[in-house]
Amino acid sequence: MLNVEHLTKTYATGSHELTVLKDVTFSVAQGEACSLVGPSGSGKTTLLGLCAGLDRPTSGSVALLEVELTTLSEDELSDLRGASIGFVFQSFQLIPTLTAVENVMVPLELRGERQVEPQSRDLLDRVGLGDRADHYPAQLSGGEQQRVAIARAFINRPRVLFADEPTGNLDADTSQTIVDLLFDLNREAGTTLLMATHDIDLAGKTDRIIRLHGGELVSNDSVNDERDIEPPRVAGEI
Amino acid sequence: MTESVRSAFDPWVWKMAWRDTRTYRRRLLLFFSCIAMGVGALVAIRSVGQSLEQAVQAQAKTLLGADLELSSQRPFNAETEALIDSLGPRHSREVRFASMVYFPRVDGTRLIQARAIRGDFPFYGTFRTTPEDARRSRFVLGTALVDATLMIQYDVDVGDQLRLGSATFEIVGRVDAVSGESAAFMDAAPRVFIPLEDLETTGLIQHGSIVTYRAAFALPADTDMEALTSFLRDFREKHSVRYETVARRVRRMGRTLDNLYRYLSLSGFAALLLGCVGVASAIHVYIRQKLPTVAVLRCLGARSAQALAVYVVQTLGLGLLGSAMGALVGAGLQGVLPYVLSDLLPVDVETSVDVVAMVQGVGIGTGLSLLFAMFPLVAVRRVSPLLSLRASFEAPRRPDFAQISIAGVTLALVSGLSILQMGGLRNGLGMTVGMVVAFIVLAIAAFALTRAVRRLLPRSWPYVWRQGAANLYRPRNQTHVLVLSLGLGTFLISTLYLMQDTLLNQVARAGGGDRPNVVLFDVQPDQGEAVVEMLSEEMLPVLHRVPVVTMRLAAIEGEPVRRIMEKERRPSTWVLTREYRSTYRSRLFDSETLTEGSWVGYHDPDQGVVPISVGESLLRNLRVEVGDSLTFDVQGVAIECVITSTRQIDWQRIQPNFWVVFPAGVLEMAPQFEVVTSRVPSTEVSALVQRRVVKQFPNISIIDLGLVLKTADEVLSRVGFVIRFMALFSVATGLIVLTAAVISSRYQRIQESVLLRTIGASRKQIHRILLLEYLFLGSLAGLAGSALAIVGAWGLSTTVFDVGFVKPGAEVLAVFAIVALLTVGVGAANSRGIASRPPLEVLRAEV
Repeated sequence: MLNVEHLTKTYATGSHELTVLKDVTFSVAQGEACSLVGPSGSGKTTLLGLCAGLDRPTSGSVALLEVELTTLSEDELSDLRGASIGFVFQSFQLIPTLTAVENVMVPLELRGERQVEPQSRDLLDRVGLGDRADHYPAQLSGGEQQRVAIARAFINRPRVLFADEPTGNLDADTSQTIVDLLFDLNREAGTTLLMATHDIDLAGKTDRIIRLHGGELVSNDSVNDERDIEPPRVAGEI
Repeated sequence: MTESVRSAFDPWVWKMAWRDTRTYRRRLLLFFSCIAMGVGALVAIRSVGQSLEQAVQAQAKTLLGADLELSSQRPFNAETEALIDSLGPRHSREVRFASMVYFPRVDGTRLIQARAIRGDFPFYGTFRTTPEDARRSRFVLGTALVDATLMIQYDVDVGDQLRLGSATFEIVGRVDAVSGESAAFMDAAPRVFIPLEDLETTGLIQHGSIVTYRAAFALPADTDMEALTSFLRDFREKHSVRYETVARRVRRMGRTLDNLYRYLSLSGFAALLLGCVGVASAIHVYIRQKLPTVAVLRCLGARSAQALAVYVVQTLGLGLLGSAMGALVGAGLQGVLPYVLSDLLPVDVETSVDVVAMVQGVGIGTGLSLLFAMFPLVAVRRVSPLLSLRASFEAPRRPDFAQISIAGVTLALVSGLSILQMGGLRNGLGMTVGMVVAFIVLAIAAFALTRAVRRLLPRSWPYVWRQGAANLYRPRNQTHVLVLSLGLGTFLISTLYLMQDTLLNQVARAGGGDRPNVVLFDVQPDQGEAVVEMLSEEMLPVLHRVPVVTMRLAAIEGEPVRRIMEKERRPSTWVLTREYRSTYRSRLFDSETLTEGSWVGYHDPDQGVVPISVGESLLRNLRVEVGDSLTFDVQGVAIECVITSTRQIDWQRIQPNFWVVFPAGVLEMAPQFEVVTSRVPSTEVSALVQRRVVKQFPNISIIDLGLVLKTADEVLSRVGFVIRFMALFSVATGLIVLTAAVISSRYQRIQESVLLRTIGASRKQIHRILLLEYLFLGSLAGLAGSALAIVGAWGLSTTVFDVGFVKPGAEVLAVFAIVALLTVGVGAANSRGIASRPPLEVLRAEV
């Protein structure tokens, strides 16, 4: 499903070069839920962006759904994202000028599908926002906005879901609701999940945890294995 | 490219474009109303231009008042009289000349244009008088009709008397309008109409008087004008008679009106371009706010062409709306414009809604605003979806190929439209280069001034002053665009004032120092001594006593002028056919400089060929050089001359100057008159002398500098009014751009104000900071515009007009102050409530 090999990303900052990912290699199987954990600046978000085709690596390769992303143009990447990928962001990223239901409809409309409103409303019902479908993002709370974002992510039945700190901007109670919703929908749809998070508890709900530190992959273990071993030093730094 | 076009037809793009404008619609419409003033001006000008063209065609005959007019500076000869008789019974006669009028009741005198008329002229069009039936009295002996401006100026009424030469007339009516004659230029020579039969009693037509004899005809409808014109072309050259037909007058009028139309279009076009710069700036700010939305759309699968198309469709729609608003403004304005132009137009113009002009205006406005907006819009293509993950991510800022191409297409389109507006490649490109240079210079001035404020503002100044200045640099500021658009309006208006001052000062300086400021002309030989005596009685000096002899050019290098005209097609035939008023003297005047050859001060007539001196420009127009021979016909006597010198003449003096100067000893016995110049210390003394001259020597006309100045001022003011009216479009556009800029940064200001309030600033301090920001902005725009105007007016004075530049006066200061205050006013009006928004509401508000 996702194969990352020798991935390196370097940014030029003035006269210096900053390497944020160094030779990262891992793979994620179809239907697997996988989390990327590590301290701030460890390269989680950069890795997530590269895996989703939002950015291009300096070297190495990313194959998603058996397609080598580095060979695709920006528009081909957009087509791939529209067809097979869903996103959930830390800061929700709803379009402020669209209502909740219109936000959910966008991915389907972009694919040229018609009569998309009923299924969008159904999905909003499913995330518990049936009565807020015609509200604008500014009229919703943070938790509600993230539920709309989850509905939008699942509306096109994605094969892969990328989530960047999905509970990062939410309080503990709301976070729990969102996490439950995310994992329920993920299981139902059989979607592959790659999630960047600080939250060890949240990461523990996935099948596998990939740990990053200073841009390097320090471990890549299934959660069952993790439970048997001593938490590494970096986890304590989080 | 094909994908971009295909995206424009994608239903989602249109749906998204509409949805995405929610909460921005009013703001966006305001951005696009920047172009409304320019489109409005273009629509109104085109409508009025069309109406004017139709009016000129429809009222063609009224422009001349007749089907044909013959004129000559000499009484018509026997052949011309025979021709006049053969052209039918419906004709009128007129003798037109300059003279002094005297109003006994108010004891006032003035130089006027006397028109002695017989017949029912004008045959077509209006001769409007008050009272209405007074026009009939042109046929009643002893009565006169006087131009309205002259009657108002001298406070005379119907029933008062006036004296022209030795005759007294009763004023029976006021002349309000005569078809085909513009009111603006009647200030220079107000008209007094008298019956032709009374002309002799005035005793004003004497030797040397500058008189035009005219005959106007209403010809039968079946007259073959082509054949008649062809006949008149030959007749003109043989008998020194000029002719004018309706077709010729329409052609000449068309050229004059074309120039006026081009100027007006130019002003409208400049306002539109300014509006487009405003739109581009506002779209730049808008798109920066929209980048996160674009990034999300890219994450959700939107292709770059689709994302771009969303904003292109929005821009297109809003450009269309803004232009439509402009077309409506134009429809309203086209009713006002004829009033603004009324003094300059020779025909009555009735305007109606011109749909073609409106459609054209909407097309130009939409197209140009879209093109200008495309420059910031194409940045949408380069928005990375990564921005959704990292808000701090910034795409490269350097213009890409698409932006450079758009800049090229925009420049080409602006040049194309300029060429169309100006009606010629050279003028069109000149206008584009001029505008680009003005924009660049103003942009540099804006940049330099804002930088100077930042660097030079003393740190010791109070905080509110420093914060007000610092606001000019807030992120997404539009300081440079605002300084550019407001500065351009200031520049146009100030340049006009400066040039008016400079030109008037030049006229005033012409009579400065010890130079003459009064000229008496048409002084007959037997009046010369008496005039000198009268001046000495008034303790006034006689600065010049110059004899004038009228003559015509008969041959060049022995070849008769008539043959030269038959043989060659010369652009300026006037130098061959005109009546020359020449003088003779033994020395050069101080207004003359010898440029070639040697000056001969005296010539013995028995010595044969007469050495003469010729003005430089006449030499060029005659296509002759020093050493060539000219033969003059001095009232029937042929005098053979040789050019022995050329002179450069300073014409900008109140004194008689001559193209051709003979040496003393040749023309003393020829029929002649004199011109006498003097210098009066005040307008009161000038008025006194004029009254004495009119009473004692009714045939003598006087020009004094005061009259020249007043006339120049009136004509320049009337023309200047139209120019200033058009410049107002630029200022109005600048103020709309300012309103749009203030509103687009309103949320940012509210956030700043909340921040300042939470750290302890009072509402009063916040108000002061905002007002100071606008004051800085307005002052910088005013300063940039005024500085450029001073440089521009200096350039125009020294290169185009070749006159001394006048230091800027109170008008420039006033324009500067008005622009600064207007900016503060508009800014303050749009910032109401900013300082009073509750912080919590602001923190929860939608951007």
